[in-house]
Amino acid sequence: MIVLFYNRKTKNRIVTTWMNICVIFVALLPFILGIGLFVKSELLFQSNSLGDLLFSDVWKPYQGKFGFFPFIMGSVWVTFLAMLISAPICLFAAIYLTQYSKSYYLKIIHTAIDILAGIPSVVYGVWGIIVVVPFISNYVAPIFGVKTLGYSVLAGAIVLSVMIIPFILNILIEIFRTIPVELTEASLSVGATKWQTIKFVLVKKALPGIIAALGFGLARAFGETMAVLMVVGNVVKIPHSMFEPGYPLPALIANNYGEMLSIPKYDAALMFAALILFLVVMAFNALMRMLIIRYEKY
Amino acid sequence: MKNTKEMKAKKIEEAVFKVIMIFSSSLILFVLGLIIYSIFEKGLRSLSWEMITQTPKGGYYYGKEGGVLNAILGSLYLGIGSTVLAMIIGIPVALFMNIYLIKRKRMLNFIRYLLDLIWGVPSIVYGAFGFTLMVFFGIKTSLMAGIITVTLFILPIMIRGIDEVLKTVPIGLIETGLSLGSTKTETSFRIVLKQCYSGVVTAVLLSFGRAIGDAASVLFTAGYTDNIPTGLSEPVATLPLSIFFQLSSPVPEVQQRAYSSAVILTVLILMISLSSRALSKRYHKNRIS
Repeated sequence: MIVLFYNRKTKNRIVTTWMNICVIFVALLPFILGIGLFVKSELLFQSNSLGDLLFSDVWKPYQGKFGFFPFIMGSVWVTFLAMLISAPICLFAAIYLTQYSKSYYLKIIHTAIDILAGIPSVVYGVWGIIVVVPFISNYVAPIFGVKTLGYSVLAGAIVLSVMIIPFILNILIEIFRTIPVELTEASLSVGATKWQTIKFVLVKKALPGIIAALGFGLARAFGETMAVLMVVGNVVKIPHSMFEPGYPLPALIANNYGEMLSIPKYDAALMFAALILFLVVMAFNALMRMLIIRYEKY
Repeated sequence: MKNTKEMKAKKIEEAVFKVIMIFSSSLILFVLGLIIYSIFEKGLRSLSWEMITQTPKGGYYYGKEGGVLNAILGSLYLGIGSTVLAMIIGIPVALFMNIYLIKRKRMLNFIRYLLDLIWGVPSIVYGAFGFTLMVFFGIKTSLMAGIITVTLFILPIMIRGIDEVLKTVPIGLIETGLSLGSTKTETSFRIVLKQCYSGVVTAVLLSFGRAIGDAASVLFTAGYTDNIPTGLSEPVATLPLSIFFQLSSPVPEVQQRAYSSAVILTVLILMISLSSRALSKRYHKNRIS
């Protein structure tokens, strides 16, 4: 009996220690990630100033010139276009699903966005190549009088917008659900129409949550790699219209891992690109999380 | 009179927006249908048993015979390995948060905040970080390097998933376990984890799906090979990367096979998500409510 008791206690102690180690490891993980990437990209700062790295558009790795501006602009273009497409769709769909539709329709959409969220990004890329790219070159571009193969910032943005819709919509639905029914009922009872109630009460009340949901989507779109890489064209140039090809930061990292070690400082440059992604996404998420912390039942 | 006019305008406005809203939500269903249809329509044409049961033969990348078994098995090895590793680290963390730290709300919220932050870090960043780890420890591109990288990537997803489930356990259940003399470990694993079995299974399978489907994180770390790996230190092919590489080939037959491989990957992912639903229903019966 005593031995048994002893065993249970030892077991408890061992498992508790392991739990502690794991928790500390996980809590340190963001810092380890940041420091690891910073140390690796430090080599780059010795010869290039930070302003040069971020705002110069001269990209000549062989001469040691690393201007990230075209890539940053590529990312900005793709991300904002994607948000422009998916933000209204998500907002309208979320309002409809939480305020108007029957619950079985919400269930169907929930299943659909679960499936959409699970589809791997490479498959989205394949879809982009066989559907979106030809669609742009055959139908969309001619309307604007532009000739393009279809591999463009717009193609990347369309694929991205589909990828982030499940993500944003899920958060939006949760947010609208936390708005107390009494609020909307009060508005309806003083004679406002349903749509007025939505416009002036629901959306107003949920505004921080809506901004946060869109912010999370934006951060997500900013870091998405494979699908965008496959349809965006990858030309080192600042895009000036949505039909021009672009070269977002994640695509830069993914495309050049092969040559990374053959050109001096190139690996440091790619790690710096990863560091930019990491910092931007972390900062964005940190801000947005602050915004919606009161909605969350922690 | 004016009032009825205003009322009418409001009614019209609402009707217009309702149409837009219905359109937006149906658009999502339409796009999902379009994606599945176009992937299958394009890929089913050249899908054969050979694709699934054989590794690439000599002239595979010029359109000769062979399949992508190396990539299918590689993805499964990588997915299973990293999921198991993430479970070994992740389940204790989630349990620790919800049983040991249940009274220390500030600490708990801080850990959740951190987890949410790294949850959003793009997988390519994990890939780059995994590469720096490899250089630091002097490991070559291999199954092991891939597993470690993917584990880091799915860890926050898995922990937050399990955490969301464990959160629903009433504190009374934990206190009952402790008051009956069981240790905190026993309460964690034998009572709380059992109670949440279905949700935990769902969270684990979700992470497994992520591990299999992600390409950017293994790009740097897992390498690529036409053989089925026999050890942890060998490079490994994955299905997403195999699709990516086949697509960039100029040979039409090889591109066609990329579409078929996309079908295989999609079916694999759909199977995982379906089985997670089925399993979670089955274990739901054992729940004390």
